[in-house]
Amino acid sequence: LRDKIQAIYLWWHKPVIDQELLQSLPNLKVIANSGVGMDHLDLKLIAAFGVKMANVPHAVSSSTADTGMALLLASARRLIEGCRVAVSPNMEYCEADFLGVRVTRATLGIIGMGRIGYKIALRARAFEMKILYHNRTRRKEQEEQLVGATYCGKLESLLQQSDFVMVVVSLTPQTHKLIGKREMELMKPTATLINISRGAVVDQAALVRALQDGVIRAAALDVTYPEPLPRSNHPLLKLKNVIVTPHLGIKTEKATRMITEEAVENILAALHGLPIPSEVLPS
Amino acid sequence: VWYHKPIIDEELLRSLPNLKIVSSAGVGIDHLDLKLLSRFGVKVSNTPFIVSTDTADLGMALMLASARRLVEGYQMAVSPDTEYFPANWLGVEVSGATLGIVGMGTIGYKVAQRARAFEMKILYHNRNQRNKEEESAVGAVYCEKIDDLLQRSDFVMLAVTLTPQTHKLIGKRELELMKPTATLINISRGLVVDQDALTEALQNKVIRAAALDVTYPEPLPRDHPLLKMRNVIITPHIGSATEDTRRVMVQDMAESIEAALAGRPVPYQVA
Repeated sequence: LRDKIQAIYLWWHKPVIDQELLQSLPNLKVIANSGVGMDHLDLKLIAAFGVKMANVPHAVSSSTADTGMALLLASARRLIEGCRVAVSPNMEYCEADFLGVRVTRATLGIIGMGRIGYKIALRARAFEMKILYHNRTRRKEQEEQLVGATYCGKLESLLQQSDFVMVVVSLTPQTHKLIGKREMELMKPTATLINISRGAVVDQAALVRALQDGVIRAAALDVTYPEPLPRSNHPLLKLKNVIVTPHLGIKTEKATRMITEEAVENILAALHGLPIPSEVLPS
Repeated sequence: VWYHKPIIDEELLRSLPNLKIVSSAGVGIDHLDLKLLSRFGVKVSNTPFIVSTDTADLGMALMLASARRLVEGYQMAVSPDTEYFPANWLGVEVSGATLGIVGMGTIGYKVAQRARAFEMKILYHNRNQRNKEEESAVGAVYCEKIDDLLQRSDFVMLAVTLTPQTHKLIGKRELELMKPTATLINISRGLVVDQDALTEALQNKVIRAAALDVTYPEPLPRDHPLLKMRNVIITPHIGSATEDTRRVMVQDMAESIEAALAGRPVPYQVA
C-alpha cells in the first residue's frame, strides 16, 4: 500500500508528517492541507523529500472572518452571559443594568491584514467601525480606501487606540507571543482581545493575569494552546469575561466542502505535473 | 417607564391627577394604551432613534452565534468532560447565505447594511416597498408576499413593530414554509411569533434553529421547553443594552419630561 500513496489530504493536523512517514512513502508527490495555517508542518523537510505542499487560502477566508465577527459581537454584547441569565433556573428577573459595549462606530485594530484580515475589515466597515491595521507590509491605497483602513506602522499605536483588537496573523517565529504583557498593558482597559489566529500568538499566562486584573475588559478566543485547554481548573475556562470556542474557524458544511474541493484541485494538479494553484514553498 | 414597569392602567392614572407625561424607554410602545392615556390628557414619549444601531448589531450577533453554534461551542470548550474537539462538529455558513428581513424600518435597514458586507443575499418584506436607491444601496429585493421570503431565506430576521397586524405573524404555517435548514431570529417582540408553534417546529426539526432576544412573557417561566433546546439561543432583551445607548436613552427621556413639565413641545412625543 505504501508504494501506491501519491497524495495526502491532511485533516486537522493528522496524520503527523514527520521523517518516518515521508521515508515510508516513496511515491508521495503532494500533501494538501485542509486549512491555511502551516505552523504544524516542517516545510523544509517536506521539500527535502521532493514532495509538493499546498494549502487552501480561498476556501477558508470568509468563514474565518465570520467567526472573528461572531466572537467580537458576542463578547461586546455579553451574549454568552446573557444566554445563561435567560435560561438559568434561578433567574426570575433579568437585571436592568446588564450592559455591554457598543460595536457600531467603535475602533477595530486588525493585526494581520491578509485575506482573512481584509474580509474582517469589509464586514466591520458595515458596522461603521473605525479600522486600524498592522501588517508586515502595507496594503495598496485603493484597498485601504475600500474599507476605510488606516495603517499603523507601529503595533503600539494600534493597541493604544483600539476598542477591539483582532489577531489574524499566521503563526511564525516572529509572531510567537506577539501579544504579551507589554502589549496588553498598552491596550485600553475597556478593550477586547479577539484571537482567531493561533493560540501561541498570545502569551496565554500573561492574558490570564491581564483579564484577572482588569488590564483589558475581555477576551474571545477561538484558538488556544493547547487545544483543548487542560480541564483541571484552567483559569481561561472559568473567567466571566472570556469566551473560548472550540476552533470554530471554518467549521461549516459549506466551508469544509469548499476546502475539500480546493484541496482536491491542488492534488490533481500535482499528480498531473501541472502548476499547483495554492502551492506553499518553504520561505 | 422602564421594561414595562410600572404598568400604566386606569387605576394608576386615576391615582395620579397631576401626571403630565409618561416617558417610555426604548422605541416599542405596544405595552402602553395610547387611547387611555390620551383620555387622561397624559402625553407619551419614547426614545425612537438611539436604539436602532445596537438592536441591529444584536440581530447580527444572534444570527452569527446561532449559525456557528457559538453557545454550544463555548459549552463544549469549557466542559469538564471535553477531551478533544470532534472534527465533524459543524455549523452553517453566514457569508453568501440568504437573509430575509421582515420589517424594513430603521432597524431592519441597518441589519441589511451590515449583512451586505457578509455578501449575503437580502430579501425583505415590509408594509411599503422602499425606494430604488435605498434598495440598491443594500442590494435588497422586495418580497410583496411574506411566503416568498420565507421559502427562499436561510435566515429570517424579524424587525417589525408589534401591532394587531403583526401579532402572531409567524405561526405554524409560516414556519412550515421556511427551509428545514433555516434559522429564525427575533429582535422585535415575543408576540410577533406564535411561541407554541415555534416550540413545536423546533422540536420536530421543521426549522434548524432560533435565536430570540424577545419572548412572551419576559422572562419565560423556568420550565419552558425553549430554555432547554440546544438549537435555541435566548438573550434577556438586551437589544439596546450598551452603556453608550442607555446613557442617551435616559438623557432623551429627561429632555421629554422637562419639556412636558415646562409646557413646551415635547421631543420624541408619540402621537
